[in-house]
Amino acid sequence: MAADPTLAGAVRRGLTFWRRSIQARVVASTVLLAAVVVAAVGWLLVQQTQEGLLENRVDAVVAEAANETADASTQLAQVPGTDNDAGTQLRDLYEPIEDRGAARGFAVVLAGPAGSGVPLTNGSRSTPGLDVTSVPESLQEHFSGPAEPAWTYASIRAAELPAISEGPGIVVGSQVKLPANGETYTLYYLFSLDEDAETLTLVTRALLTAAGLLLVLVAGLTWLVTRQVVTPVRLARRVAERLAAGELQERLRVSGEDDLARLAMSFNQMASNLQKQIRQLEELSRVQRRFVSDVSHELRTPLTTVRMAGDVLHDARRDFDPATARAAELLQKELDRFETLLADLLEISRFDAGAAQLDIDNVDLVDVARRVVDITRALADQRGVAVLVRAPRHPCLAEADVRRVERIVRNLVTNAIDHAESRDVVIRVEADESAAAIAVRDYGVGLGPGESAMVFNRFWRADPARARTSGGTGLGLSISLEDTHLHGGWLQAWGRPGAGAQFRLTLPRRAGGLLRQSPIPLVPSDSEVPSGSVVPSDSAVPSDSEERV
Amino acid sequence: MTAELTPKGRVLVVDDDASLAEMLTIVLRQEGFESRVCARGDLAMEAFWEFRPDLVLLDLMLPGKDGIDVCREIREESGVPIVMLTAKGDTVDVVVGLESGADDYVVKPFKAKELVARIRARVRRLDAPTHEALTIGDLSIDVAGHSVTRGDLSVNLTPLEFDLLLCLARKPWQVFTREVLLEQVWGYRHAADTRLVNVHVQRLRSKVEHDPENPEIVVTVRGVGYKAGSS
Repeated sequence: MAADPTLAGAVRRGLTFWRRSIQARVVASTVLLAAVVVAAVGWLLVQQTQEGLLENRVDAVVAEAANETADASTQLAQVPGTDNDAGTQLRDLYEPIEDRGAARGFAVVLAGPAGSGVPLTNGSRSTPGLDVTSVPESLQEHFSGPAEPAWTYASIRAAELPAISEGPGIVVGSQVKLPANGETYTLYYLFSLDEDAETLTLVTRALLTAAGLLLVLVAGLTWLVTRQVVTPVRLARRVAERLAAGELQERLRVSGEDDLARLAMSFNQMASNLQKQIRQLEELSRVQRRFVSDVSHELRTPLTTVRMAGDVLHDARRDFDPATARAAELLQKELDRFETLLADLLEISRFDAGAAQLDIDNVDLVDVARRVVDITRALADQRGVAVLVRAPRHPCLAEADVRRVERIVRNLVTNAIDHAESRDVVIRVEADESAAAIAVRDYGVGLGPGESAMVFNRFWRADPARARTSGGTGLGLSISLEDTHLHGGWLQAWGRPGAGAQFRLTLPRRAGGLLRQSPIPLVPSDSEVPSGSVVPSDSAVPSDSEERV
Repeated sequence: MTAELTPKGRVLVVDDDASLAEMLTIVLRQEGFESRVCARGDLAMEAFWEFRPDLVLLDLMLPGKDGIDVCREIREESGVPIVMLTAKGDTVDVVVGLESGADDYVVKPFKAKELVARIRARVRRLDAPTHEALTIGDLSIDVAGHSVTRGDLSVNLTPLEFDLLLCLARKPWQVFTREVLLEQVWGYRHAADTRLVNVHVQRLRSKVEHDPENPEIVVTVRGVGYKAGSS
C-alpha cells in the first residue's frame, strides 16, 4: 500500500483538489452528462440512418428483382410453344439474368423445380464464385412449394475464385413457371449491402467526431462559466475569512450589477451590519464596565461609613441595654453579609462585562487544598466536620490564577461543609500529563436528580424552604463556574439523595490547553454507599498520603 | 481638637465624602490620632503643609485634583506615609496608585480595625529608635538617624522603603518571601496583595541600585522572594 509515497501523495492531493474545487466537479459532471446525452443521440441517429438506408435498399432490390423476374417470364412466354426443351428454356431464362447481375452487381441462384426436394447445392445454377448456401434455409423453406415473392437479410459468402464481394446482403426470391414442363422454378437474387455499410461507417465516424468536439466544447464552456462564478466566490471566501479573523473593515469589490455584484453588495452590507453590531456591543460592554466601576465606587463609600459606624457601635455594645446591644450585633453580622453579597455581585458583573482577566502562574493544587483547609477550619470546627486531604506526595501543578483557583476551592469546601451534616468532607487532588483536578466529596444530603446542573445557577437553592445556614450569597458556585471557564477548565457536580455529593474542578496543565479527561472520576468510587451509612473506611479510597485536619 | 494628651500621630484625611471623613475622624480620635479633613484634591497640598501630618489617608477619586496626582505631589515633597483609600479592587488602579508613591492601600468597604492596623503599622516607627549601623551592598544604614548613605552621598528613601531595606539588611542570610515582608514591613497579619511588595521593591531598586535592571542590593530569588545582595 505504502509502496510509492509520491503516488499516494499525488492521489491524496488529487482527492483534496476534487473535494475543494467546485469547478472541477461541475466540469466533470457536466461533461459526464453531456457524454451520456451525446451517446444516446448518436446511437439513435445511427439507428435511424441504418433503418432508412436499408428500407430504401430493400425497396430498390425487391423492385429490381420483380423487374428481372417479370422480364424473364415475358421472354419465356414469347418463346414459341414448340421449343419445349426444358433445359434450353432454363438456360434462356437464367443466362440473361446472370449477365445483367454481373453488370449491376448482384448474384443469382436458380433453384430446381419447387417441390422436387432437390437441395440448392445440387443441380442449381448460380453466379460463379457464389456459395449457394448463402441463401437462408428459411427462404428455401418458403419456396418449397409455389409461393409469392419474398426477401430476407442474409450473409453472402464466396465459394471459390473469382470471388464475389462477401458481407451482409439481401436475398430476394421469386418463382417462374417454365412453359416447357410446367414446373415452377425459384430465382434467388443476392444483393450486397457493402455500399450501405460504407455509408453507415462514414456517418458514424462523422457523428463520433462531432460528439468529441461537442464534449470538448461543453467542458470548455462549463470551465469558463464556473470560473466566472467561482472566482468571485473564492474572493468572497477570502474576505469572509479575513472578516472572521477580526479585520472588520474588509470589504468585497463591487463591479457591475449582475448577480455576483449583488452578492458582493449584500455581503458588504452584512459585513457593515456586523461591524456596527460589534461596535455597539463593544460600546455596550464598555458602558457596562463603566457602570460596574461607578456602582462599585458609589456603593462602597457609604457602605464603608456604615461599616465603621457599625464597628463603633459594636465595640461599645457593652454600655448599651441588652436590646440595643443585640441590635448592634445584628447590624454587624448583616453588614458582613451585605458586604459579601456586594462583592459577589460586583464580581459577577465583571464576568458579565467580560472584564475578568487571568493572572497566570504555576499553581500547586495540593498547596491550594491545604490552604483552603486552613482558611475554612473555623467553620468546619463549628459544624463538627472533619476535612481530609487525599493527595499524592508530588505536587499537582497547573498554570492558573491562584487567587481564582483558591476562591473556587474555598467555595466548594465551604459548600461541602455546609451540607455535610457533621460527616467528613474529603478533598482529593490528582494530576496527569494534561490535566490537574481537585474533587470535594461530602456525605451529606446529596443532590436530587437534575440538580447537579442547577447548582451553578445564580441564587439557586436545593430546597427553598431550607434556611441558608452559612450566610452564603447564592452566587458562590456561579462565580466558581465563571472562574473555571476563564481557565478553560471544567467544574462539574455529582450527587445522589442521601449519598452525598462530589464537586470536581479540572484544569488544563498548560494555560489555554484543551481538556479531554479528568484525572479524577466525577462519580466517586464509593457512590454506592447506601443512604444512612456514614463515612467509608479510609482504605476504601487508595491514596498516597492522608492527613486528618 | 487635641483632647488627647499625647496624640499618637497626626493624620490628614483627604476624602470628599463628608460622612466617611467624619466617621474616619471619630474612629481615629478613639484610637488616639489627631486628624484633619480636606475635601478637595486641589487644596490637599495646602492642608498638608499647614497640618504637617505623620500620615495621609488619600481617596483616589477627588474633586479638583485626582488622588493619584495628589499622591505624586506629596511624594515629591516628602516621604510621609500615604495610605490610599480605593473603591476599586482592580489591578490597574492599585498598581497605578502604588507606583505614584503610595505605601499601602485599603479597599472600601474596610473595617475600622483593619484601617487602624494599617495606620499603626505605618507610624509605629516613631516610637522605637535603636542605635544600629548596618551595611547592605555598598550602602550603609544608620538606623537611629533614618538615613542611608553610599560613600558620602545620602540616598533619599521614604520611611517605607527604609523599612524594607532595613528588614532585608538585618538578616542578609535569609530569603524573605513576599508574605513575610508584608507581615514585617507592612504589618499584615493575613496574606494580602503581594503586588505591594513587587511595586515597592521596584521603587526601592530605582533609588539604591546602580543598574535597576541587574539588581545587586535587593536580589530576587526566583520562585521564593527577595534577599539582601552580598557585599
